[in-house]
Amino acid sequence: MAEAAHHYDEKMPLEYRTEESRLNILGFWIFLGAEVALFATLFATYLVLFQRTGNGPTAEELFQVKGVMIETILLLTSSFTCGLAVFEMRRGRLTGLLTWLLVTLLLGAGFITFEVREFIDYVHEGATMQTSAFLSSFFVLVGTHGAHVSVGIVWMILIMIQLLQRGLTPRTARKVFIVSLYWHFLDVVWIFIFTLVYLTGMVI
Amino acid sequence: MGNHHETFPWKHIIGFILSLVLTFVALWVALSSGLATKVILVVIVTLAIVQAALQLFMFMHMTESDSGKIQTINMVYSFFIAAVVVAGSIWTMAFVL
Repeated sequence: MAEAAHHYDEKMPLEYRTEESRLNILGFWIFLGAEVALFATLFATYLVLFQRTGNGPTAEELFQVKGVMIETILLLTSSFTCGLAVFEMRRGRLTGLLTWLLVTLLLGAGFITFEVREFIDYVHEGATMQTSAFLSSFFVLVGTHGAHVSVGIVWMILIMIQLLQRGLTPRTARKVFIVSLYWHFLDVVWIFIFTLVYLTGMVI
Repeated sequence: MGNHHETFPWKHIIGFILSLVLTFVALWVALSSGLATKVILVVIVTLAIVQAALQLFMFMHMTESDSGKIQTINMVYSFFIAAVVVAGSIWTMAFVL
């Protein structure tokens, strides 16, 4: 790795070939650092308030293991297939790249479907954003993550269209790599939602 | 750098299997292990941190490229901020609630 650091030659993956691309990728890592801080504030709010359930249901009464596990597996698998997409891109295979991106966004759409259904179920059980401090902070934290996933799906579709129009170039490769960073990052956030919201809610 | 010489995505498959194992171990510890609540919390948070690190290293290639070091320091620092914000908030509010 270090020995190749100053040689921007044909051996580098496409997405690192231009100075602009390298800076874009570094800049995106800085953005992800800011995203960690954003989610940290929402986690802090939730963890301070989650036992303040008022007259509404508690976390233990509300959360269902099955639905949470389906969402977790869908998102985790999508992170894996997104990794395979970049793997195929680095082998120069456009068809493989597009196929795995498609699988990734379908899994992401599946995740969003289950999450929306979960939220609708909660609302039907009388657990809305207005019910308690627990539920306000829950919907804001988990909803912000869900909104990020939805943005990721649209972003990925737009990049797939560019790939179909322009093929695999240093520019499109960089865009794929950056959206893959975003997508993996959303799985990282979900790991902590799974642990600190759902598992913790079912234990305490 | 990168894995462009490999013909089979071993790294990704190992990362995926490990992530699944960590997820189900966390689920089992939380719901079926019968450990004390505090122990459960420490174990599942540790498992989450390991799994997050796995994603960053095996899927996101955090350490690759000539800015790999900056990227890694940036993420470590952001997780430090997150830990301070979360633990600090819980600690402060423990005196109020």
